[in-house]
Amino acid sequence: MSETIIRIEHLCKTFGTGDGKVEALTDIDLDIRKGEIFGIIGLSGAGKSTLVRCINLLERPTSGTVTVNGQELTALKEKDLRKARRSMSMIFQGFNLLMQRTALENICFPLELNGLRGEKNWREKRAKELLDIVGLPDKADAYPVQLSGGQKQRIAIARALADNPQVLLCDEATSALDPTTTQSILDLLKKINRELGVTVVVITHEMRVVEQICDRVAILDHGVIQEQGDVSEIFTDPKTEAGKRLVMPSGEKIHVLPANRLVRLAFNGATSGEPIIATLAAKQGICLNIISADTRTIGDKSFGTMVLGLPQDETEAARALIYLREIPGVTAEEVTDLVQ
Amino acid sequence: MFSEKNMELLMDILHNDLLRAIFETIFLLTALPTLLAFLIGMPLGVLLVTGDENGIRPLPRPLMQLVNVVINLLRSVPFLILLVVVLPLSKFIVGTKVGTKAIIVPLTIAAFPFVARLVETSIREVDKGVIEAAQAMGASPMQIVMKVLIPEAKPALLSNLFVALITIFGYGAMAGILGGGGIGAIAINYGYYRSKPLVMWVMVILLIVLVQIFQSIGDFITKRSDKRIR
Repeated sequence: MSETIIRIEHLCKTFGTGDGKVEALTDIDLDIRKGEIFGIIGLSGAGKSTLVRCINLLERPTSGTVTVNGQELTALKEKDLRKARRSMSMIFQGFNLLMQRTALENICFPLELNGLRGEKNWREKRAKELLDIVGLPDKADAYPVQLSGGQKQRIAIARALADNPQVLLCDEATSALDPTTTQSILDLLKKINRELGVTVVVITHEMRVVEQICDRVAILDHGVIQEQGDVSEIFTDPKTEAGKRLVMPSGEKIHVLPANRLVRLAFNGATSGEPIIATLAAKQGICLNIISADTRTIGDKSFGTMVLGLPQDETEAARALIYLREIPGVTAEEVTDLVQ
Repeated sequence: MFSEKNMELLMDILHNDLLRAIFETIFLLTALPTLLAFLIGMPLGVLLVTGDENGIRPLPRPLMQLVNVVINLLRSVPFLILLVVVLPLSKFIVGTKVGTKAIIVPLTIAAFPFVARLVETSIREVDKGVIEAAQAMGASPMQIVMKVLIPEAKPALLSNLFVALITIFGYGAMAGILGGGGIGAIAINYGYYRSKPLVMWVMVILLIVLVQIFQSIGDFITKRSDKRIR
């Protein structure tokens, strides 16, 4: 788990020159480990898309280095770079499928680019395997226009996996999809990560995407990485202003009595049928104060976050914490840094 | 206009010259120059997109400017004038400067810059995201042209092929003035030089019908080729 697959060092990217110069990324340092799902989260305009395009050098960094699998991409010539890109794949918010090709032909596309990879029959056999992996075995002959957004993204994922990449870059891959479809795509990404061992880099502005599938996360704000670390760490104890803004459900600051201890619940697929807070009040007689909440139910599962104020009484507070931590699919962490 | 003599002349023409004229108009004055214009205009149109500053294979700016100036220059010369200027060149290329064969050269020269622009706009319509996806997969510029730009722009290219075809068809009819053959030549020779409006009108109607047929075939093929239509 600890072997680095993507290393970004002192990466800067500026657009334009002179007065129109815009610094999109400033001194980015990132280590992405083999086999993990790494999230890069930030609001729009933070430079996320530029950053992910610097990983496969669709954008050439102004300075700094990008090393993938021990190969310094920023030092490669165009021809060698094209070869190196084949070990990385990318999926997009807009899917970017070839509209004049069927699903099957779209999946064959990267294999066609790589002339050494055998004949048409071999390619189509491989494409059919991938259709099975993404759960659309009956859509081989459908054109993109005949597919829904979620189906298009599945085909795009199949296409991205065709040439056995080591890294899958996802640029806002779920941002154009509805919550239910987002969920199924995230599940698919997780499955691909676990079963095929593909390292996944997820670019998103949605907190719940990171909560649900990422192992580690970097928070990008105004072209600077504000903080990075394990998802649970950052979510329970964000240290920077940008981190707090993203982690807080509605983004606003909390005004409560300093005496109250706060606990942050992250719903990560808990069964939504369970009335957690009511149960605690009814069975244990402990009343919690809901400070803020942003949860949603997808299928029969809950996702999102909630901040609760613990009772003043220390023993009651401790009992409440124990209770909350035992609920499956919910992470409960006491937070100290949210009060402004 | 409909006197017996005129009707007789018309029947005579329809009987003796029509098939040949239709053949000349469709194949020698339309299809062949269109084909030649695409052979030159297609790569040029692709180059105008890919060689752009933000294209997949930027070319030196002065070169791109030169190409643009040449295309604009050729496009701004009215066809009849271009015909007069270019006809001597036909002698070198096809060995004669009179007749239908000679007209093919100025037709091609007049049409290829137009075709280049049509191809350019068709190719520019291709979604930038799809090009980016291909680049991310490690596609070379040549692969992007052959496997992404042209196939994705195919419906627009086909539609524009018929736009070009009909324009060239119009030019070809005009060339009757300077010794070209075909239906246009009959219309001009009889209708204008010999004051036989009946013959002219019949030929004009024939031209209109042919344009309609071309356009219908074009629409049909374009629609069938476009997979974005459910």
